[in-house]
Amino acid sequence: MSENKGIWIYSENYDLMLEMLGKGRELADKLQTELAAILIGNNVQEKADDLTKYGADKVYLIDNPTLARFQVEPHLSVLHNLMVNYKPETLLVGSTRNGKPLAARLAMRLEIGCIPDCTKLSIDEKGRLLAERITYGGNAVAKIAFATKPQIATVPSRTFEKLEPQERSGQVIKLDVKTEEPKTEVTETKPLEMSNMKIEEADVIVSCGRGLEKKEDKILLDDLAQVLGGQVGNSRPLAEDRKWFTEWVGLSGHKVKPKLYIACGLSGVIQHVAGIRDSKVIVAINKDPEAPIFEVADYGVIGDIYRILPALTEALKKKLQ
Amino acid sequence: MKQAVDVTQLKVYPATRQLITASAPRKISDFDKNALEEAIRIKEKTSGLEIITLTVTSEDARVVLREALAMGADKAYMVNDPSLQEIDTSGAAYTLAQAIRKIGEFDLILCGETSLDSFSGLVGARLAELMSLPQISSVRKLSVEGDTVTAERALEDAHETVKAKMPALVSVTREINQPRIPSLMMIMKASKKEIVTWAVADLDIQKEKLEPNVEIIAVTAPKMERKKIMITGESIQEIADKLAKALIQEGVVGR
Repeated sequence: MSENKGIWIYSENYDLMLEMLGKGRELADKLQTELAAILIGNNVQEKADDLTKYGADKVYLIDNPTLARFQVEPHLSVLHNLMVNYKPETLLVGSTRNGKPLAARLAMRLEIGCIPDCTKLSIDEKGRLLAERITYGGNAVAKIAFATKPQIATVPSRTFEKLEPQERSGQVIKLDVKTEEPKTEVTETKPLEMSNMKIEEADVIVSCGRGLEKKEDKILLDDLAQVLGGQVGNSRPLAEDRKWFTEWVGLSGHKVKPKLYIACGLSGVIQHVAGIRDSKVIVAINKDPEAPIFEVADYGVIGDIYRILPALTEALKKKLQ
Repeated sequence: MKQAVDVTQLKVYPATRQLITASAPRKISDFDKNALEEAIRIKEKTSGLEIITLTVTSEDARVVLREALAMGADKAYMVNDPSLQEIDTSGAAYTLAQAIRKIGEFDLILCGETSLDSFSGLVGARLAELMSLPQISSVRKLSVEGDTVTAERALEDAHETVKAKMPALVSVTREINQPRIPSLMMIMKASKKEIVTWAVADLDIQKEKLEPNVEIIAVTAPKMERKKIMITGESIQEIADKLAKALIQEGVVGR
């Protein structure tokens, strides 16, 4: 039906690009086609060589001082130009706050389909790309195929695994592409205070919900997280309503899949559960025996987090010594 | 605005795990309420503005539009047509664009970052592209001065302040504001406000551009197999010990 061939990977987030290359390699092997990474930036030649180690057969490198910072119009025009000239079948774009609108606008410019936030990608027996994504506020998984070629899917962070880097033969193709002027102007960037380890990378997450009465009481969770070498998270109301934190775990925040997720005083609304669904073991501690979190927990304790958390911290400290 | 399925009230066919969406209650997509609230706040600070709310739907959305009018929108437009039932984000953006062109000039298009039910978050960006507008997404703070809009975006690792000349399109997050709940007086007043209803034929629309670009194969409730073991005991100490033991046996704690 179409002459479009090959799988392309693009994200302004380098780590996410590596993760998508892992999945892209699998899809490309299945289709016996080529996997290419699109690297856009300024002085990024060194990274281009690395991308081949992570699975790319080809790297299209667009290295230009005007592309040092992500701005949607210049980056969009580069990708559009490459898509029109080199005709890939599939483009995977990192589903970041910058990447997703970029993917949507590129799809509109090319008049093609875009499936956002894919949690699974596979090839069916007819060689079609099938995508799965969470929808209806975490109540459902939609399985979707494309009706157009080329096709764009966006992929959230921490969805796929990067490959072990190894020396492979790969080709870096340096291109000079004319860029569009940005329509917006960035006047200030304030980096957020982030903990050194990102919550998506934690093996253990101890998370609090509205059962936490005061912000200071988070120390109870900190203590437990410290014993377990984990991190502390929270539900959306503590960030959005009470303004205690700036981030949260859940469908609209950080989607996590730790080995152990301990939900403390957290009711477990469906949007939150959608963000922790892939955790290996879920523990719920809640005063309310009717809390929906118990329905999705492996271990449940009905009780007061203020009494149970210190006891659990002590018990684990002893047993793990 | 989008009339969305109220996702907290969905039911599932147990046998097939398919979602029953047709009979589920509808409401204004939460994010869109934040967008409308922000428009009302801008209007309160700026004279001579009119707030227009627009929805594209295959089912009657007048009830949710009345709510938007009660909150403070001045006029509502609804493109309601059965042929819109199968559209995807591309067809939605296209229909919105053609309706906006018919409505006339504007300064700012505000929309929700994503929708409550499908959670795609593509329509705003697609609309901006179609209408060649500057687009600012993930906005957590917004101000308008003269012909310039200034917005603070919530990125993964930073807050970024961005300026654009209007007309522009801004999509907002839930954290930007707390939408107001209309008073009885506002609800009464809203009943006199106008809702203009159009069909697809009333707009300059090429039917083939409404064809979906993606094909939904299945929508099913995910299975969540969990052990659901309740841990009880005579004392807090005993409960804590049992839980600690279980976690060690699972191999999810310690090294």
